[in-house]
Amino acid sequence: MPLLPRWWRLVLAALILITLPILVGYVWLVLAALFERVHGLVPAGSLSLKNWRFLWMGAVEERPSIWVALKNSLVFAGSVASLKVIVASMAAYAISRLLFPGRGVLLGLILVLHAFPAISLIIAIYYILRTLGLFDTLLGVIMVKVALELPLGVWLMKGFFDNLSWEMEMAALADGASRWQLFWRVALPMVRPGLLALGTFAFISSWSEFILPFTLIVSGQNWTLAIFLQSFREEAFVDYGMLAAVGLFYTLPILLLFMVGQRFLLNIYGGGLKA
Amino acid sequence: MRGVVPFVLPATLLIAVFFLAPAVLTVYLSMTDLSVVTFRNPGWSGLENYRDLLQDAFLGRIFVNTIFYVVLTLVLFNVGMALVVAILTSLVPHRWGDLFRALWLLPRMTPVVAYAFIWQGLMREAPFGLLSNITGISQHWINAAPWATVIAANGMIGASFGMLIFTSAIRSIPNELFYASAVDGASTWQSIRRVVLPMLRWPILFVTAYQTLSLLTSFEYILLLTGGGPGFYKTTVWSLYAYLLAFGSYFGNVQFGLGAAMAAVLVVIGTVMAVIYLRVFNFRALVAKPKIEVV
Repeated sequence: MPLLPRWWRLVLAALILITLPILVGYVWLVLAALFERVHGLVPAGSLSLKNWRFLWMGAVEERPSIWVALKNSLVFAGSVASLKVIVASMAAYAISRLLFPGRGVLLGLILVLHAFPAISLIIAIYYILRTLGLFDTLLGVIMVKVALELPLGVWLMKGFFDNLSWEMEMAALADGASRWQLFWRVALPMVRPGLLALGTFAFISSWSEFILPFTLIVSGQNWTLAIFLQSFREEAFVDYGMLAAVGLFYTLPILLLFMVGQRFLLNIYGGGLKA
Repeated sequence: MRGVVPFVLPATLLIAVFFLAPAVLTVYLSMTDLSVVTFRNPGWSGLENYRDLLQDAFLGRIFVNTIFYVVLTLVLFNVGMALVVAILTSLVPHRWGDLFRALWLLPRMTPVVAYAFIWQGLMREAPFGLLSNITGISQHWINAAPWATVIAANGMIGASFGMLIFTSAIRSIPNELFYASAVDGASTWQSIRRVVLPMLRWPILFVTAYQTLSLLTSFEYILLLTGGGPGFYKTTVWSLYAYLLAFGSYFGNVQFGLGAAMAAVLVVIGTVMAVIYLRVFNFRALVAKPKIEVV
């Protein structure tokens, strides 16, 4: 808004003050990961490589090595992101561009599910995965995660397709291209910013996901980084230094990704909804 | 029309199996005696789980906890703090505004477990915990002030949703309105009160409605920070209780049926509220017919 009061520096100071608790948390995480001991935000020991010993620690009992957990997290987040982008785009394109029986119902369903709190379904999801033999598999959690976030994805991609001028498509249609070809060759490349935003969002949200893998995965070889980190928190003696190092190792990629994709992500975190 | 099937089939299948079916199944399972013993072959038990729930000595407490948690988090952070951040970031130059909005998004982005661990670290006893050092009172702050911790930790994440919605609403206010109020000699504060806040009435209603539902069902951070304690159900809310009944080992025997009954209540509330939102927030405009087929 075109209101820049003369005392805006005062406002800035207030902003810094209320944002401080957030910043302090990340500063602490970095310090705690690097030093032997940290008192508040003051390092009270020397730099410590010992905090990072998890990097060369092998599997201990059920806990796999971090590299297995890292690989699983990459597979999980990567698969969810790519599946979600493709499946959501296809459905969104149909809803945006084609008139078919049940279109209204499908769109209505998507909107209701978008507002519906999916996490309350976890007990039944557990039962379904057990029944399908997908319990304790990465594939199962991947499909669940994609399904639960599809409504948001379809809704967002529909917005992108709606905004596309369709002269290009008309021309291609006139040249005898099928809808299917049209979608892959003409429409999809034109919504690349949307694909990128949705993909990045899905990657971040799956990378950070806790409750689904925690509930639906048991075996160590299928653990993601979230469960790996949590397993240290559950120990009787909590080694804060090492936990901070694992936490930093786990959080850093997301922070970098966010910095790169920040601008086009803002819209999605508002739920893709303009009120 | 046959051409449409490949487009919508994958999405429809995934949603049907992993979203719709669980919703229906939750209600069904809530009427069975499903437990570890009867997992393969649960027996029908009608409304027995619901009767058991009503007789649960802790249900009243959990109900009160849930209301307390949802209302306080919503008022203080998801709407309150969101409003403050949205307005303050609109009063500073753009690049600063963007920077602070991005910072407020960080907690939402941060892996759930890592975020909980950061709180755990800051709330330790002296000399390690920052809060203990600042206040001079050395205690395990999560145990000493479990509600404050849970509400603040959730709120710092929850505020960003409202912040984004309110910011885009503020940006869509026509500039003329601000110039007009400036010409009338209004101070910044008066402009905020007379121009901005009235325009935010609708977005505030929207965020309140939307976030009530999500707070009602979210339990991840409570599970990780306090586990529902300390002591007997101090910070246990409805959705967490449902989860613990079904998956928590400290009940000895996991009771999926009972957990499902509690979850079913949330599913029904969630469905009803989601449908109401769509009615209120202009469903017809959202499902307008596609352009290309009209021509």
